[in-house]
Amino acid sequence: MVAGVGSFAPRAGETPAPARAVLSSVAMLPAVIVTDLVKQFGRFAALRGVSAEFAPGRLYAILGDNGAGKTTLLRALAGLIPPTRGKISILGTTNLRSVCGQLGYMAHPSLLYDEMSGMENLRYFARLYGVSNRGQNENDQRCADVIRAVKLDPSLTRPVGQYSQGMRQRMSLARALLNDPKILLLDEPFSNVDMRSAREMVSLLTGLRDSGKTIFVVTHQASLLEGAADEFVHMEAGQIVSRTAGLRPAEAR
Amino acid sequence: MNAIASLTRATLTKDLRLEWRSKDAINSMLFFSLLVVVIFSFSFDPTAEESRQIAGGLVWVAFLFAAVVALNQTWAREMRNQVLDSYRVSPAPPNALFLAKVLGNFIFVTVLQALMTPLFIVFYNLRALGPAYQLPIVAALGTWALVVNGTFFAAMSLRTRSREIMLPLLLFPISIPALLAMVEATGAILTGDFSARFWIVLLAAYDVVFTIASLFLFGFVLQAE
Repeated sequence: MVAGVGSFAPRAGETPAPARAVLSSVAMLPAVIVTDLVKQFGRFAALRGVSAEFAPGRLYAILGDNGAGKTTLLRALAGLIPPTRGKISILGTTNLRSVCGQLGYMAHPSLLYDEMSGMENLRYFARLYGVSNRGQNENDQRCADVIRAVKLDPSLTRPVGQYSQGMRQRMSLARALLNDPKILLLDEPFSNVDMRSAREMVSLLTGLRDSGKTIFVVTHQASLLEGAADEFVHMEAGQIVSRTAGLRPAEAR
Repeated sequence: MNAIASLTRATLTKDLRLEWRSKDAINSMLFFSLLVVVIFSFSFDPTAEESRQIAGGLVWVAFLFAAVVALNQTWAREMRNQVLDSYRVSPAPPNALFLAKVLGNFIFVTVLQALMTPLFIVFYNLRALGPAYQLPIVAALGTWALVVNGTFFAAMSLRTRSREIMLPLLLFPISIPALLAMVEATGAILTGDFSARFWIVLLAAYDVVFTIASLFLFGFVLQAE
C-alpha cells in the first residue's frame, strides 16, 4: 500500500488485497480481453491478430523492440485508435467509451500543459473526470494526494514546462492516477527517470496492483519490473509471441 | 446539460489562462491587423465617402486573417505534449471542448476588434451614416460565424501535415456566404444607402445552421485518428 495516500486504500466494501489474490486465482472474469486485434496504418500492420486475456489485479510488463506494436496495443486499449479488425473488451464491455472513466492512461509525451503548474493541470483534468463533482476542497485534496504519491510537492507553483524530464514523467503518472482508475495503461513511465525515482514508481505501482488495479506497463527497462510484474508479455512484429510469469519476491524465497 | 456547461467553463478558463500567460494568439493577431490598417492607409488617401465604400471589406479582411492566426493557435496548444489525448481518453463530452474553444476564439477576436476599431475609425475617417447600433450586432454574428467554422475546420485539419495551409483552404470557401453578408451589412450601415436587415438575418441563419452542424459532427472529428 502506498504510504500516506489514504485514497489509494481499498474503499469501503472492497475486498482487501490478500483476499483478492485468492479470488483472482479462483474465478475472476478477465479485466481485458483482446480478440484477433489488427491495426493497420496504410500498408503497415502495427498489430497482426493479437489475442489475449488479462486477469484483474495484476501487473503486466509489455516488452518488445521498437515497432513491435506495444504502444499501438496500449493506445487501442485506451480507445485512442479504433482497431482495423478484432475486438477489445474491457471490464466486460466492448463499448470502450462507457468505461473510459475507469482507465488511466500515461503516454510517452506528458499530456500536460507546459504553461500551467502541476496542481493547475490536475485541477483541470479532475474536472474532465468529474472528480471535482465532490466539491472544490475534496478535489484539491485528491490532486494533492496523487502529486504526493508520485513524490512531488503539490505547492510547486512553477509551470510544468520548467520541470525536469523526470518530474514531468511523475506528474504525468499523477494525472493518470487522478480518477482512481481500475485499469492503468502506462507507456514508458520510467524513461528519463533516475534509478531511485524509477524504483519509487515501481513501488507505487506494486502498491496499486495490490489494491486491485490492473496495470499494463510498456517498457524497455524490464529489469526494473523484475520481482514486481506478475507477467512479462513479449511482443514482436505486431504479435504477442510469449507470456512469462514474473517471479515475485515472496515466491523467489 | 449542467455537466457540459461546467466543463465548457473549466476548459474556457484554462484556455484564457494559457493565453494570458503565453499571449501567442493575441500578439500575432494584433500585429497582423495593425499591418493591414497601416499598409492600406499608405496605399490610398481615403476621403470619407471612399472609406465608407471599402471599409466593410477592409475591416473583415483584417479580422478574418487575424482570426485564422488565433484558430491555428487554439488547437496547436492542444497538440503540444499530445494533451488532446488526455481529453479523448476522458469521459468528458466532446461538445464541451468545442464550445469552450469557440467561446475562447470569440473572446480573442472580440478583444482584437475592440482594440482595432478605434484605429480603423481614425485611419479611414469612418462615421456611420446608417443605423450604427447594428454594427455591434453584425460584428458579433460575423465573428461567431468565423470562429464556429474556423474552430471546426481547424480541428479537422489538426492531424494533416500542412495544417496552417489546410485551414484557410477549408474555411474560406465555406465562409463565403457569411463573408458576403458581413461585408454587405457593414457597408450598408456605414454608407446608409440600403438596409442591412436582410444580411443580418442571413448571418444569423448561417450561425444557427453551422453551430448545430459543428456541434453534431465535432465528436467524430475529435475521435478520428
